[in-house]
Amino acid sequence: MTAPLRKTLRKHALALVTLLALAAAPFLGFGDGFALGLLARAMILGMAAVSLSLLVGGAGLVSLGHAATMGIGAYTVVAFDAAGISEGLIVFPAAITAAAAYALLTGAVSLRTSGVHFIMITLAFGQMAFFTTSSFSSLGGDDGYTLYARTEWLGTRILDSRLTFHFLCLSLLALVWVGGSLLLGSRFGRVLRAARENPQRALAVGFQPYPYRLVAYVMAGAVGGLAGALLANATEFVSPALLSWTRSGELLFMVILGGVGQLGGAILGALAIVLLEESLSHLLVYWRLVFGPLLVLSVLFLPDGLVGAPLRLRAAFRFASPKRRNADA
Amino acid sequence: MPDPLLELRGLSKNFGALTVTSDVSLTVLPGEIHAIIGPNGAGKTTLIHQISGTLRPDRGTIRFAGQDVTALPFERRARLGLARSFQITSIVPGFTALENVALAVQARSGSSFRFLRPVANEKALNEEARAALDTVGLGRVADRGAAALSHGEKRQLELAIAIAMNPRLLLLDEPLAGAGPEETERLIGILRDLRSRYGILLVEHDMQAVFALADRISVLVYGRVIVTGTVDEIRGHPEVRTAYLGEDALA
Repeated sequence: MTAPLRKTLRKHALALVTLLALAAAPFLGFGDGFALGLLARAMILGMAAVSLSLLVGGAGLVSLGHAATMGIGAYTVVAFDAAGISEGLIVFPAAITAAAAYALLTGAVSLRTSGVHFIMITLAFGQMAFFTTSSFSSLGGDDGYTLYARTEWLGTRILDSRLTFHFLCLSLLALVWVGGSLLLGSRFGRVLRAARENPQRALAVGFQPYPYRLVAYVMAGAVGGLAGALLANATEFVSPALLSWTRSGELLFMVILGGVGQLGGAILGALAIVLLEESLSHLLVYWRLVFGPLLVLSVLFLPDGLVGAPLRLRAAFRFASPKRRNADA
Repeated sequence: MPDPLLELRGLSKNFGALTVTSDVSLTVLPGEIHAIIGPNGAGKTTLIHQISGTLRPDRGTIRFAGQDVTALPFERRARLGLARSFQITSIVPGFTALENVALAVQARSGSSFRFLRPVANEKALNEEARAALDTVGLGRVADRGAAALSHGEKRQLELAIAIAMNPRLLLLDEPLAGAGPEETERLIGILRDLRSRYGILLVEHDMQAVFALADRISVLVYGRVIVTGTVDEIRGHPEVRTAYLGEDALA
């Protein structure tokens, strides 16, 4: 094995192990409908979180309206369903395009601002999308919409198999993660990263960050749309709650909990939050009382997020061990 | 006389009632170091901002390499070959020294809308970046994180970034600011080596450095150029003595 490859593997070890565990899960006692449904949700939200992480960690753009792209993806599936169309080759590209178009339009305006203003304006656009979907009375309005059927592919109902759907989500999640990581290491990604750390420096060598940020914003929106279309299929029910700003906040939290420095962190963050929420809500009625402090503690003690935890633990161990030797001596 | 590389004509800028640049006209010839000196608050950095494009002048024109660039934004002027350094070091702290410089090479080598190929492995970019680092004597710290460099090394790095842009004119805003005596010596040596390749507009407080390097000097007081001349002319100019230099600088 070559040295760079080994380095890459070590850097992404935790995310790789997580993906492998997800691949093995159906055969290790998590193959029932309930568990698969839960994992599918985690993977889909993970996909959206990875795309948000690309914006937050890569480009320094903290969007508080990312759930809108997911919602638009999901509502595209709904709109086609209401029109009696469920062919995946039509529905999925349409969902991705619709979300990307939303990102292009709102991004073109939002990216003229920065910092807190950017957070507020993405939130505002997100709320506009939320109230728009609430007012579609033909699509259920506030009550939401139950799909007649999952999306078909070339007329076959392949997504009805939970196992197939599991591996579809897993492959797409891996694809988004690998693609995003390549993107950050590319010429394009270097410009994004430079403009995040020091926009003045980017300008001084001749890069106007705006077009690069806009393209990144549209890409993240497209992935959000894909995640939304998958989520509609996973739950077979879509409501405006999917676009609420708390959902955007939750995605942002997945990114931060997992670790902003690495895209793989978002996968861990999504999985941790979905599973924790599920298990706590079974154990306790007032589970949010426990959930909240847990999140606060994680931010306090894991500033690099879950992906940074092994390194942090190792450093803590190294720090502790010489002391012990000294005590022995 | 060759055509000037940079030509300012009647440049003026006010911040409210405060005039920071007043009818400034000056030129920089190819291969020349033109220094701008003046007391604190004379408007030197404001002038650099207007030339580089981070501030728009109220009146007057800026011609660069035969083209009117008065209306062009910062990054477009950079692409035309107008490289500037900053008074307060401006680098990308999370990048290595090499990556900082490679970013500048990348800006002038084809499209940066390339999304998959790892840029860290692009030989052509790295080789040019290494050459620029070698020019300023930073070759040995190429792979070190920029944030971990010493203050003097960061100043050198900024110079390497400017060189890597393959510019026609360097705008240097106090490149020696905060550098120790040894570092100053080294930076002066580097600037001397660079003079044949570029026109340089140098704003600097260190009089020894200015007198050692400059072909021509303009003295800026309250936003106005009171005199432009050779080193000897400036040393002997009575108005300059009273306005700025003081007796000890001339001793």
